Amino acid sequence: MTSLASQVVYRGFERFWHWTQAFLILLLAITGFEIHGSFEFFGYRQAVAYHNAAATGFLILIAFAIFWHFTTGEWRQYIPTRRMLRAQIEYYLTGIFRDAPHPTRKTAANKLNPLQKLAYLGLKILVIPVMVCSGLLYMHLRHWLGAGGLKAVALIHTAGAFFLVAFVLGHIYLTTTGQTPLSNLKAMLTGREEEGPEHEAAPGTDPAPQLIGGQA
Amino acid sequence: MRTPESPGMMRMVPLILVTIAVFGIIVAGSLRSGSERSDLTRDLKARAAKKHVRSVDHSKLAALQKKFNSGREVTEACISCHTERAAEVMRSSHWNWSRQDYIPGRGIRSIGKRNVLNNFCIGISSNQEGCSRCHAGYGFESASFDFNDPKNVDCLVCHDNTDTYAKGLAGLPKAGLDLTNIAQHVGRPRKSNCGGCHFAGGGGNNVKHGDLEEGLLTAGREVDVHMASDGADLECVDCHTAQNHHMLGKMYSVSSMNRDRSRCEQCHGAAPHADSALNDHTAKVACQTCHISHYAKVNETKIAWDWSTAGRLRNGEPYEDMDAAGNPVYASIKGTFVWARNIKPEYVFFNGTADHYLVGDKVPAARPVQINSLHGAYDDPDAKIVPVKIHRGRQIYDPVTKLLIQPKLYARARGEGGFWEDFNWERAAEEGMKTAGLPYSGHYEFIATEMYWPVNHMVAPKEQAVQCVECHAPTGSRLAGLGGFYMPGRDRSGFVDTLGLLAILGALGASLVHGLFRLIAWQRRRAEA
Repeated sequence: MTSLASQVVYRGFERFWHWTQAFLILLLAITGFEIHGSFEFFGYRQAVAYHNAAATGFLILIAFAIFWHFTTGEWRQYIPTRRMLRAQIEYYLTGIFRDAPHPTRKTAANKLNPLQKLAYLGLKILVIPVMVCSGLLYMHLRHWLGAGGLKAVALIHTAGAFFLVAFVLGHIYLTTTGQTPLSNLKAMLTGREEEGPEHEAAPGTDPAPQLIGGQA
Repeated sequence: MRTPESPGMMRMVPLILVTIAVFGIIVAGSLRSGSERSDLTRDLKARAAKKHVRSVDHSKLAALQKKFNSGREVTEACISCHTERAAEVMRSSHWNWSRQDYIPGRGIRSIGKRNVLNNFCIGISSNQEGCSRCHAGYGFESASFDFNDPKNVDCLVCHDNTDTYAKGLAGLPKAGLDLTNIAQHVGRPRKSNCGGCHFAGGGGNNVKHGDLEEGLLTAGREVDVHMASDGADLECVDCHTAQNHHMLGKMYSVSSMNRDRSRCEQCHGAAPHADSALNDHTAKVACQTCHISHYAKVNETKIAWDWSTAGRLRNGEPYEDMDAAGNPVYASIKGTFVWARNIKPEYVFFNGTADHYLVGDKVPAARPVQINSLHGAYDDPDAKIVPVKIHRGRQIYDPVTKLLIQPKLYARARGEGGFWEDFNWERAAEEGMKTAGLPYSGHYEFIATEMYWPVNHMVAPKEQAVQCVECHAPTGSRLAGLGGFYMPGRDRSGFVDTLGLLAILGALGASLVHGLFRLIAWQRRRAEA
């Protein structure tokens, strides 16, 4: 067996943020859909209490995450790019079935592929703000909104919840598309990305995506 | 050689602990131990435990050491000391059966029992002698009653503490009462005083209100936490407080304005729960809605009354048919009734103002005719969801003049036109409308009517309060009939839900198909290699 090199891709706070967010979104989804009347699990009153508590926790987490992103400059990871975008799409549509190498590689300085940049940017500037704002309006200003406004806010919040569940399902599936089906999950748990033998040549200091093989 | 996993895993431990701790604190803060502000209820229990102690023993008063032969004589003795009290009573609704109210769309009108109708015994005009059994006065037998004579005030009906006083026709004391003993034992009104009339409205126990009945005098706190002797054992006047005989409390069968109401908040405040999610409900939901899950918990109340079948005779004589519980389901003098016990209320938005069918109003085209209508809607900042009993009636109506008919029901003897003696609707309608000063075309029909009775009593122990899912449920919600607003759990958009479900199934399906193809491709490559 070849010895595996590894490098830190996800720092402590990042992993804390990711898994706390994962837990909170899961809890918000379960309690939210119980409140919606889709099923019974915790009991309605507990569901409301947990939902409101999780929402408060989520807001605190978001505040820390925003601070972290700006102080570390990590927000630049989400600047969208067309570079390698087509290659990344082609990889998921065809290359992955041929065992073609990944068109981009994950490094601490560039941990998102072009599709991820787009998806997470959309999440950060559209979906999460819409959910947070509609949730806050729903929670604190529902009587001020009037019947029409309340219904609009409720339906937007519900639609966002459906979208987030669909997103998370896709997200979980796509974690299996790393070097091995579990390597992305391991990276988010340990912070370290294992480098397969074919990657050993390139230490990840270059902020530009690394080209692997002849895909581009 | 080092294993990359172990130091990473070790670093995760404090992170996980911090996460759990933060979340635990938030959950604990939002749930706390129970739902009740125990500090508030502790103070209220202490207050309820202080019972009223009489400061005067009336049996020692010189003015009462005599034989009283009539109610008027007793009143004369009362006002020889309490000089201004009769005048106070004479300004009250208990006396006037009418008050000046501002009614939206009508302006300032006198309104009360004297000029509203109901769908029980319909109205007092031409029937005063019978109805005034519950008038706080002596001798109200016709419209010519002297409302300005203080000696006509009946002090005893409210202040008798012997539980022996009773009123008969025209509101006079029944024969054979020991008025001297009663006068010597007067005091603060008790439940039995108020209940003598308010439990018996409509001509029998619990007929009208549904939440006010003689069962409250003996029932336990599972029926009513406030009045039960194993509960707070409150008297009616502990909440329906009075100043100069002007009492708090409104019944919207006869009232129109949002004033002088007796409110839960008087004692419990605006935020009585520890859980803010519950306190938030009070912006749109009245306390009664959750805390009175059922009414008529001891004895049946009347929920429907069809006058059109009245007048059938057996061998020329009126009769009654009883159900298993001993309630009449048919009476020749009144028609057919439906009774029910332990009833889930219906719900409406109510802002404290109401309109009524007033004697002489033409009925609008909408059916059933609304005997009283409670105003309110979701977007009305004063309106809250309240529980109501809706009494459904069919009553006599003139299709030509479009007036609800005020029939003469009561009469002392046959031949005077009273329906209860003669069983003749033509005569009863003619006599009744003549006395009311209204036209009658000679034609009558029976028309469906609805009357709304807000339910305010029979507050259950907190464990029996209405639970979230009794309203927040897609099917079977208590508020299923209450439209005009979005309520989580009850309401949804079919469009959003369908689209959302498709998105979830799409994500799942795409992942499965993609994964399956990867698996097939991987197996093929392995076979080739």
